Amino acid sequence: MDTDLSSQDRKDLDKFIKFFALKTVQVIVQARLGEKICTRSSSSPTGSDWFNLAIKDIPEVTHEAKKALAGQLPAVGRSMCVEISLKTSEGDSMELEIWCLEMNEKCDKEIKVSYTVYNRLSLLLKSLLAITRVTPAYRLSRKQGHEYVILYRIYFGEVQLSGLGEGFQTVRVGTVGTPVGTITLSCAYRINLAFMSTRQFERTPPIMGIIIDHFVDRPYPSSSPMHPCNYRAGEDNGAVYPSVEDSQEVCTTSFSTSPPSQPAALGVGSADMGYPVLFAGGLHAAHPHQLIGPGKEGGVPPIPSQPAHGTQADQERMCTPLDGVHYSAATPSSSEDTETVSNSSEGKCGSPHDLLETIFVRKVGAFVNKPINQVTMANLDIPFAMFAPKNVELEDNDPMVNPPDSPETESPLQGSLHSEGSSGSSTGNTHDDFVMIDFKPAFSKDDILPMDLGTFYREFQNPPQLSSLSIDIGAQSMAEDLDSLPEKLAVHEKNVKEFDAFVETLQ
Amino acid sequence: MVGPGRTRCCGPPGAAPAMNCRAEVLEVSVEGRQVEEAMLAVLHTVLLHRSTGKFHYKKEGTYSIGTVGTQDVDCDFIDFAYVRVSSEELDRALRKAVGEFKDALRGSGSDGMGQISLEFYQKKKSRWPFSDECIPWELWTIKVNVVNLANEQERQICREKVGEKLCEKIINIVEVMNRHEYLPKMPTQSEVDNVFDTSLKDVQPYLYKISYQITDSLGTSVTTTMRRLIKDTLAL
Repeated sequence: MDTDLSSQDRKDLDKFIKFFALKTVQVIVQARLGEKICTRSSSSPTGSDWFNLAIKDIPEVTHEAKKALAGQLPAVGRSMCVEISLKTSEGDSMELEIWCLEMNEKCDKEIKVSYTVYNRLSLLLKSLLAITRVTPAYRLSRKQGHEYVILYRIYFGEVQLSGLGEGFQTVRVGTVGTPVGTITLSCAYRINLAFMSTRQFERTPPIMGIIIDHFVDRPYPSSSPMHPCNYRAGEDNGAVYPSVEDSQEVCTTSFSTSPPSQPAALGVGSADMGYPVLFAGGLHAAHPHQLIGPGKEGGVPPIPSQPAHGTQADQERMCTPLDGVHYSAATPSSSEDTETVSNSSEGKCGSPHDLLETIFVRKVGAFVNKPINQVTMANLDIPFAMFAPKNVELEDNDPMVNPPDSPETESPLQGSLHSEGSSGSSTGNTHDDFVMIDFKPAFSKDDILPMDLGTFYREFQNPPQLSSLSIDIGAQSMAEDLDSLPEKLAVHEKNVKEFDAFVETLQ
Repeated sequence: MVGPGRTRCCGPPGAAPAMNCRAEVLEVSVEGRQVEEAMLAVLHTVLLHRSTGKFHYKKEGTYSIGTVGTQDVDCDFIDFAYVRVSSEELDRALRKAVGEFKDALRGSGSDGMGQISLEFYQKKKSRWPFSDECIPWELWTIKVNVVNLANEQERQICREKVGEKLCEKIINIVEVMNRHEYLPKMPTQSEVDNVFDTSLKDVQPYLYKISYQITDSLGTSVTTTMRRLIKDTLAL
């Protein structure tokens, strides 16, 4: 019963659980950023290192976690879940894992809150650090970049495992008993990744998988938008999100070896201790090299939450970590396919302000970006300009979707893996009607001059019929041909000497 | 025997652990060049769970705990990554022990089989002339079987397979850790060196020692003998 727990213990326990939930989310999301995480040990305790572990707080992630929790704590039937999914540059997405922080009714009345529970929560976080590197999604997340990104979504309530496909596996990270219930942390992860193995992503062009279109038919009542797991600690990011609201809360770092009857010197949640608040500021100041991958291609553009109509708020959340300015990291590495979507539209690295602030929603083909919002494209001098339409056009008008001549690029797996309900793949478009369009050949600007490349192509590809093959010539019947033969032969025999002389000149 | 505090404080080596000592055994088969990384991955994962921040004792019997940092380590010869405590001293100590183990495995008379053990113990002070007693409370043993591979394709498969196996081992380790079984009581200031290794400057693992055994070709285990017999027979 709660009456057995002193009010101070209860308050402490609630605080521990709350910050444990926030740290859990941080560990999981940071493990899917795609970069190696490194934090320093410090022999002197600081007030901001909850559970005596150096786990940085990414402000956006804390913000999302707090929003999902909405002031509540994980309780029986109310679990905090972090969903990790993968989204390709074509818009296909797939849930990879669901991490669940649950509470059940099994209470441990004897356990000491301020000491044992705290230390066990710390141990559980260490286990989480270890386990997050062991599930298949870790390796996928380390290779994210051009072809796919890893997204996270936090929700609170009932656990939804249906998106993981059949035969998903679960791993229990650990449990901690408390006087109000037992905290359980576990992960359910998809194992049906065979067609999306990391090797495939390295070798082949963007692959279509089983398409689960989150953003159209979201079954969850408490749906929240997906967020990319590639945080960029740019200068403006710190200003986007409010700093942690309860920044006054300081974590417990003092323990007592005295018997419990004596007052324990605990760091209670007030600023009296005088420890500096490091949640937001420390991220940039103390470890500026962390969480930023300079070599990491930020090439894949932010992913919106809704199809076709990204709201302004969503746009902010989506774009902030990958603002146009930060596309400068989209240097195509030599191993990557430079014809990928992101590179083609983003242009050169040197002119970040010319880059597109587009949101890519529907995939329309292997190498096409289809911006929904207006494109702030500077001029036609950027490469592949012809592929980026100047104003919003119908899919059908896109030359790459319905190319007049060249075959559509198909990934080897499209035929076998294309499922119903997919949102517009390039093979899907073959069912659309062809529309007559102006032929715009690659690498060519508009036909300013009449005799330009386009004209040449047109003439080259539509040459006039050879006259001898023309059916009109065959107006003469076969009989007439035969009749005229003897006359022709006579003429040729007369000119035999000329013919012979000609032949001799050839030899 | 390798470990911090080389003062010999225990009974003869190889003494059976105390009856309430928790013992876990893990087995891996790896290629020669993977031995080091595989051992480090397991040992670091165990020590991550068995290390705390540095204790700072204050008056009235209270203490505060420092912060433990962590870092990701990518393996070069295995498709695997693990998390270790951010402490160069600890990493050096483990690498030294694993390096010796690896050299011993490679050495002559070895069939490529051996085991490395990580033991956590508590010191119990005894009165003179008796030396302090070491009471182990947890023992991790990793049995290693070194395989030889014929070609690059097999090596590539081995990279992945060993990576998967290590993932399973990490899950096993975490499972044991989270049973929340016996842990030494938090010590007072005067007792802290009997429970923790306070020699490192940034973290504080429980007192531990690492030892290893190599099954040599004269080993008495049945399998070793049988293999030798078969080899000799075929050599005729």
